[in-house]
Amino acid sequence: MLAYIVRRTLYAIPILVGINLFTFALFFLVNTPDDMARMQLGVKRVTPEAIQKWKADRGYDKPLLYNAGQDGVRSVSETIFFEKSLKLFAFDFGRAEDNRDIANEIRTRMGPSLALAVPVFLVGLAVNITFALGMAFFRATYLDFWGVILCVAMMSISSLFYIIGGQYLISKLWHLAPISGYEGGLDALKFLVMPVIIGIISSFGGSARFYRTVFLEEMGKDYVRTARAKGLAESVVMFRHVLKNGLIPVLTGVVVVIPTLFLGSLISESFFGIPGLGSYTIDAIQAQDFAVVRSMVFIGSALYIVGLLLTDISYTMVDPRVRFG
Amino acid sequence: MLFPLASDYLVWLLVAALASFAYYCSRNPHLAAPWARVFRSRAAVASAVVLAFFVGVGLLDSVHYRPRLPATDPAAPPVYSVEVRSLLDLALTRLRTRLEITYSAPLATRLLQKERIERPDGTSVRDYPRLRFGGQHLKDEADLSQDVALRIVAGLALAAAVWSLVVLAGRRTLARRWPFVPWDAAAIALAALLALAGPVAMLAAGYHVLGTNQVGSDVLYQALKSIRISLVIGTLTTLVLLPLGIAAGITAGYFKGWLDDAVQYVYTTLNSIPGVLLIAASVLMVQVYIDTHPELFPTSAQRADFRLLSLCAILGAVDWTGLARLLRGETLKLAQLDYIEAAHAFGVSHVRILTRHILPNVTHIVVITLVLSFSGLVLAEAVLSYIGVGVDPSTISFGTMINAARLEMAREPMVWWSLAAAFVFMFALVLAANLFADAVRDGFDPRVRV
Repeated sequence: MLAYIVRRTLYAIPILVGINLFTFALFFLVNTPDDMARMQLGVKRVTPEAIQKWKADRGYDKPLLYNAGQDGVRSVSETIFFEKSLKLFAFDFGRAEDNRDIANEIRTRMGPSLALAVPVFLVGLAVNITFALGMAFFRATYLDFWGVILCVAMMSISSLFYIIGGQYLISKLWHLAPISGYEGGLDALKFLVMPVIIGIISSFGGSARFYRTVFLEEMGKDYVRTARAKGLAESVVMFRHVLKNGLIPVLTGVVVVIPTLFLGSLISESFFGIPGLGSYTIDAIQAQDFAVVRSMVFIGSALYIVGLLLTDISYTMVDPRVRFG
Repeated sequence: MLFPLASDYLVWLLVAALASFAYYCSRNPHLAAPWARVFRSRAAVASAVVLAFFVGVGLLDSVHYRPRLPATDPAAPPVYSVEVRSLLDLALTRLRTRLEITYSAPLATRLLQKERIERPDGTSVRDYPRLRFGGQHLKDEADLSQDVALRIVAGLALAAAVWSLVVLAGRRTLARRWPFVPWDAAAIALAALLALAGPVAMLAAGYHVLGTNQVGSDVLYQALKSIRISLVIGTLTTLVLLPLGIAAGITAGYFKGWLDDAVQYVYTTLNSIPGVLLIAASVLMVQVYIDTHPELFPTSAQRADFRLLSLCAILGAVDWTGLARLLRGETLKLAQLDYIEAAHAFGVSHVRILTRHILPNVTHIVVITLVLSFSGLVLAEAVLSYIGVGVDPSTISFGTMINAARLEMAREPMVWWSLAAAFVFMFALVLAANLFADAVRDGFDPRVRV
């Protein structure tokens, strides 16, 4: 088991390196730092001195890959690639446009992000699986039919409308929760209720329908027929057999997102004014703060790889047929 | 003067490709049979009618031209406007040009806000001013409800006439050619569509059916213009996704070895980067390129079009991994089969085996993936445009409409019609696409057949 985990971890390293190279190419080779400076300073009326100063302030005035002006190790370390890309591995993210330390910002914003993402994830999962199991239980009845129709209709609505409509109903019409904002501590609760509910509703359609097909597929298998043939009650078949085995394919999609919960949700955080990592990313995208976007891409990928790792490990734990091949 | 944008060429290229694929399917029983299964489903037939309406609007909007400016000197060479218009703009000239000052409610005759109005006797009063165009033909505003009712009745009558003509013509041609299709579902969907379109068209001649937005432009016009963007993003993305996904997937599954490792490595790496962030970062880079090379884009329409195409390319470059993974798995299975072994034994070349023996047998996966991805792309456009990494802010799309209107629900008095229009149009498009995609999956999935 340990050897398996170590091997999977080692396998993640080349992927992280690949991501690092890819982001470097995307951010520094597609457009040169000069282009970025010109864009940030406004394309017209920009002097070469202003560009030089912009680059020097951010450390973009070094050569990309190899610094011929320095010797020894410094010829490699005094470059943009080393300073901006390789240092990401040490979680050294540098500074944002407003000169704040990105790593520090990420630490403080992780809390609100998790406070929103974790309840949405856990409660949403429970709701979706319950509903999907119900539809599978009442398969080929009107309940199932209209349940699927509801899911397809809900899938067809953009998440933006759930947020806008929810804000209107809950805050403006019924005055149940503040429309947006955030406070630390227990006060956060009243700000979080609405985003959590809306988050669960907006993911409902797609997930519930997917889990329904998973459960239906499971119910067509031989062991379920055997269980029925030996006279087990339908509820026992559903909960003991189908639910347990159906959760294995569900696991693939679920475990992998657990680490990325840290990133928060981009859209709802910015709509509800929750100072998490999602709204941080959106603000950075809108302000064209390349340093922050680069850091978030790297962290997001690293967390996803951790998720893949966790998926593999959880598979071996729940499904004894999976060997550490 | 015709002035096709780059995306227009690609749209018509795609239409041609689809037409030839349809011809290819009709000649090959193994592809014609699943399509026949698809069109036996009533939901698929009804949603196909709705989709056809959207595609029709989108295609009309994909023929661009630059109108000729009125010449002062008849001998001078013709001068063309820098403004790029489409056939849809031409058809909707009344909607496009009749701008109000600011918000007005659907079918209103007056603005939403009070303004100072000069009276003929010199005094002024604060009141809701009459609209410049909406309901201007009414002599007395009390006639509004009567006029609206009359127009709705006339619209319904027109719709009924068109419907009976189409149904009669269809019964003689289409129903004879394809008798197995449940044409009654198509007729019902068409009736519903026409019952909406007829009255709307009649009302739109005199009113702003869906009101006007903050700058006073007609919301119905904006919603109709948004359709093309959604369709372009949902379909042109496949032009990037398809070659990448097919090439990587089937070569990895067929040749195995280092090529397989390389392809798997690339798609695991790409997959690991959170999609939205990857798209955002790439679009930011495209925007830097656009801003630092203004000389490449003489008109703003071309600039917006370049951004739209880049967005499609980026979405395709992010999304091909799913298709590649599926095709790799299927090809791994196929490559083991006897007929491939036999082809090897006969000395058939690798290229020929891939194109003649593997590719036709994975077509169902390609079709299912493409159809299923469409609605996701349409929804993604709205979210991306909301974040600011979607289409150019000057382009009218569902995303930019929602973005501009997101604070309007909090206004007093509330402005709901922009959001409602975007919601209804998007919902109809995505729902129809989802229903059609489900039928396609059921028709093509080999597991369903047994």
